[in-house]
Amino acid sequence: MRRLLPATLLVSAGAISYELLLMRLLSIVQWHHFAYMVISLALLGYGASGTFIALFRQRLESRFEAVFRLAALLFSISMPVCFALGQRVPFNALEVAWDVRQLGYLSLMYLAFFVPFFFAAICIGLAFTCHGRLAGRIYFFDLVGAGLGAVVLIGLLFLLMPEHALLPVLALPFAASLLMTSRPLEQRTIAVLQLAWLGLLVVGLPQTYTRLEVSEFKGLSQALAVLDSRVLEKRSSPLGLITVVESPTIPLRHAPGLSFATAHIPPEQLGVFTDADAMSAIIRFDGRPESLAWLGDTTAALPFALLESPSVLVLGAGGGSDVLLALSHGAKHVDAVELDPQMIALVAGTYADFAGNVYADPRVTVHAAEARGFIAQTDKQYDLLHIGLLDSFAASGAGVQSLNESYIYTVEALTGYIHRTRPDGIVAITRWLKLPPRDSLKLIGTAIEALRAEGIEAPGRRLALIRGWNTVTLLIRNGDFLQADVEAIREFAAARSFDTAWLPGLTISDTNRYNVLDEPYLFNGTEALLGDDAAAFMARYKFDIEPATDDRPYFFHLFRWRTLPEIFALREVGGAALIEWGYLILVLTLLQAVLAGLLLILIPLTRIDRSWPAGTAPRMGGYFLLLGLAFLFVEIAFIQKFILFLSHPLYAVAVVLAGFLVFAGIGSAYSDRFSRRLESGGRSAVTVAVAAIALVSLAYVLLLPTVFAKLIGTPDAIRIALSIALIAPLAFFMGMPFPLGLARVAEKAPAFLPWAWGINGFASVVAAVLATLLAIELGFSVVIVIALGLYALAALLMAPGNNDKDIRRSSALVADDAT
Amino acid sequence: MPLRTRHQRSQKLVFSMLLLLSILAFAKDPDFASQRAALVAELEQYGRFTGDVRESFRTSTLDAINKVPRHELVPKRERRFAYENRPLPIGYGQTISQPYVVAWMTDLLEPDEDDVVLEVGTGSGYQAAVLAELVARVYSIEIIEELAERGAGDLKRLGYDNVVTKLGDGYYGWPEHGPFDGIVVTAAASHVPPPLVEQLKPGARMIIPVGSSFMTQQLLLVEKTRDGGIVTRQIGAVRFVPLTGGH
Repeated sequence: MRRLLPATLLVSAGAISYELLLMRLLSIVQWHHFAYMVISLALLGYGASGTFIALFRQRLESRFEAVFRLAALLFSISMPVCFALGQRVPFNALEVAWDVRQLGYLSLMYLAFFVPFFFAAICIGLAFTCHGRLAGRIYFFDLVGAGLGAVVLIGLLFLLMPEHALLPVLALPFAASLLMTSRPLEQRTIAVLQLAWLGLLVVGLPQTYTRLEVSEFKGLSQALAVLDSRVLEKRSSPLGLITVVESPTIPLRHAPGLSFATAHIPPEQLGVFTDADAMSAIIRFDGRPESLAWLGDTTAALPFALLESPSVLVLGAGGGSDVLLALSHGAKHVDAVELDPQMIALVAGTYADFAGNVYADPRVTVHAAEARGFIAQTDKQYDLLHIGLLDSFAASGAGVQSLNESYIYTVEALTGYIHRTRPDGIVAITRWLKLPPRDSLKLIGTAIEALRAEGIEAPGRRLALIRGWNTVTLLIRNGDFLQADVEAIREFAAARSFDTAWLPGLTISDTNRYNVLDEPYLFNGTEALLGDDAAAFMARYKFDIEPATDDRPYFFHLFRWRTLPEIFALREVGGAALIEWGYLILVLTLLQAVLAGLLLILIPLTRIDRSWPAGTAPRMGGYFLLLGLAFLFVEIAFIQKFILFLSHPLYAVAVVLAGFLVFAGIGSAYSDRFSRRLESGGRSAVTVAVAAIALVSLAYVLLLPTVFAKLIGTPDAIRIALSIALIAPLAFFMGMPFPLGLARVAEKAPAFLPWAWGINGFASVVAAVLATLLAIELGFSVVIVIALGLYALAALLMAPGNNDKDIRRSSALVADDAT
Repeated sequence: MPLRTRHQRSQKLVFSMLLLLSILAFAKDPDFASQRAALVAELEQYGRFTGDVRESFRTSTLDAINKVPRHELVPKRERRFAYENRPLPIGYGQTISQPYVVAWMTDLLEPDEDDVVLEVGTGSGYQAAVLAELVARVYSIEIIEELAERGAGDLKRLGYDNVVTKLGDGYYGWPEHGPFDGIVVTAAASHVPPPLVEQLKPGARMIIPVGSSFMTQQLLLVEKTRDGGIVTRQIGAVRFVPLTGGH
């Protein structure tokens, strides 16, 4: 069985890379909210396979090699097949409000994507069941494989288009299947299947299996439906799929926030779509300043009415339109920060001529960096820090991004921005205007809190807000606005028919003149947020406008349960647009996970033999339920905490995930020795491990913000190394309670083993979604504290004193019964 | 007991007859005219929900909706939902608007029978057909070739000879036929094209829905005053006060 360990590693690597790839692919064809579904699906696969193995244990065990071979092969085959099937399901997230069938479609997608994970987990689960003596080593190879899988996939995504990455990923379990083939002639059917699959892969899978069917309602699909429009170029990296679109006959003219009163028409543009949505425009610039005059008639141009030849920092430079805005208003220098190097390559390379060589302008320096990371690492100070529109109106309007974590608009972020402006410098943020106002009020509240955190007693004197019909621009000044500024803002707004929604000294009668709203919502809201009963105002508001923080980074989450009945009743008369559907889909995903977990994991287990000592079920069942929840709560919360520190979502997920998996693997491999050593001294290994987890986690919750703030300026390599060093002790101890519990069950109540697996699997399936729902409501620190509570309860259930006594007592009872 | 059995038997009989009737009803073409009338009755109720000052939709608007066969303008697979008050997908990432929104937009345009109206974004042709019931002439432009062809064909087939369509860029309006008594922009727009504002007659209105494909958030109403000035209003899709309790 020497081959079992590498085969396990390959299957495990295949499973994790498929999981991450599926998240990537579904973000392109649908939206981000599927990420949570995929995590829960992968775990469901593990849970359901545990149950399957328990039910058919004898038959599977006697044909271990054949079953492993077949399951690994089916895992490989089902990846593209189920992806193709899943894509055929006509699920449309935007139609959930109108069409009950969508719920059925969502479940169908869930089932289709579940199948490959099920086969992967059969391999791993069977390896454990049939080779119990090697459990520690199998677990180690399983987790190391998973860690490697994460790294391999990220590497693949740099090299290949995401849909083409399926091929190398499906090769991993296929290799495992071949590796386990010691006597090919003994199971001829499997050998024939293996050969056929190999043949098909060599000839090439039909394109329909891997082609991405992007939702027709995403920006890219809509742009490509327009007469004569075409894709000029596609680029892919783990950060996203970038598509450049040209529309020669009906030119793209993306000019959000452009005044009605403008006499200028925007020039032709190229649309750059990230993951088939969130369009950023590359504007044709022929070098004539007048061709950019229209940019001066957008709300985002406001700060330039107050600053003369400013030094500017543009965060999220995208296609470069905000850089052009700054240059055309006499900026003396622009630092343009863009996360995705491919986007920079487009504007600075392929389309440099089209864009008027804007990134080669001597006044411009381009930085490939994440916004918060750049802010933390630079000590430069600017006259203006500019953040333009980073998301699409459609996504914003439909609320499909309500689950996206965003560290751009948190209290801590805004504080950082203010620190990077000179005295009397300005932070300018432009957002889409949703009515009645939601995120715009949330942004104002966040700015007020950031200013208050700086010790500013009258933040209202440092804020200015103007609005067009679909955008708002907020200015935060590092110093009180002067009377001359106020006049300049009024003049700028009046000349362009923009309304002033907040200014020091503004009266209500000045606020709602050009673009008339039912009520001067923004003025009233800002006044309330500045007042003494701001907390009561936020609590009474029908949307969640509490400021986002780094611990609860859900700026786009505006949903409130108590508003749902009212809005839903108004659905037929235009109320649907008021609901944040992304959040409701997450709730549906949770319900689906609970249901699927019950149906596929727990209910089938009721058929197995239940000859375990009385009292085992509540105690051990409780233990594995609590562990399943707690482990994922901690893991998911720390991934989020490290995203900010590593200032790169992708590296964070890869480093944290791989770190957790590998060190938890080492911990589990060591658990046996750990327990023998401790228990010879009369102490419970579980209690000690849980105490260590609690100690480390609490220390991290309390200390990490300070440590991160101090070290965020260090180079990438150091931060990655430090992150791994920080994760190691936590993950090491977190790897222990599960195998320790299994060992205990194996010893005292072996019949309960399948239930231990099943309950743990069920808890994980639910926890993946539940952790996010809790974080949205309470923040990640609270999620960690809850997890520690769960761990402590688990340790109590496993405490040697009462547990062993109980089991002994119940064993005696069972024995008595038997006699 | 016999009484109860007889009662049960008669219940069964009634049930079977109802079942048979409903099967028969489904077997033949659904009665679109009565479904449409029911929709109009529903819209009549809903008029009071609009964020606008008026308490109900104009009778002429509802009459127009009652005349246009919406089921002829939606894809076959969506036909059975044609008279439900909801948006439906029509392909190419576009939707046929919710009847409530169409009624509301039409109403806000205050159309007169000798008006000439421009529509940017023909889509399914439904909004153009409703307007065609109310005004002298509708000019409609579509940027998606397949939809332009389908819309033109459907409108012609349904006898809307006073609708003139073309495939092309709506950004510059249709200056040969302008200025217009009203303009409806049914396509998503990041800004209001200045040429469209120019092609509005003094005193005329332009309506632009704001939101995503399936959810109209509010309407932007652009009015050109008699002296050529521009006033805009944002009208909430629905009367919804974002605060509870006093304030």
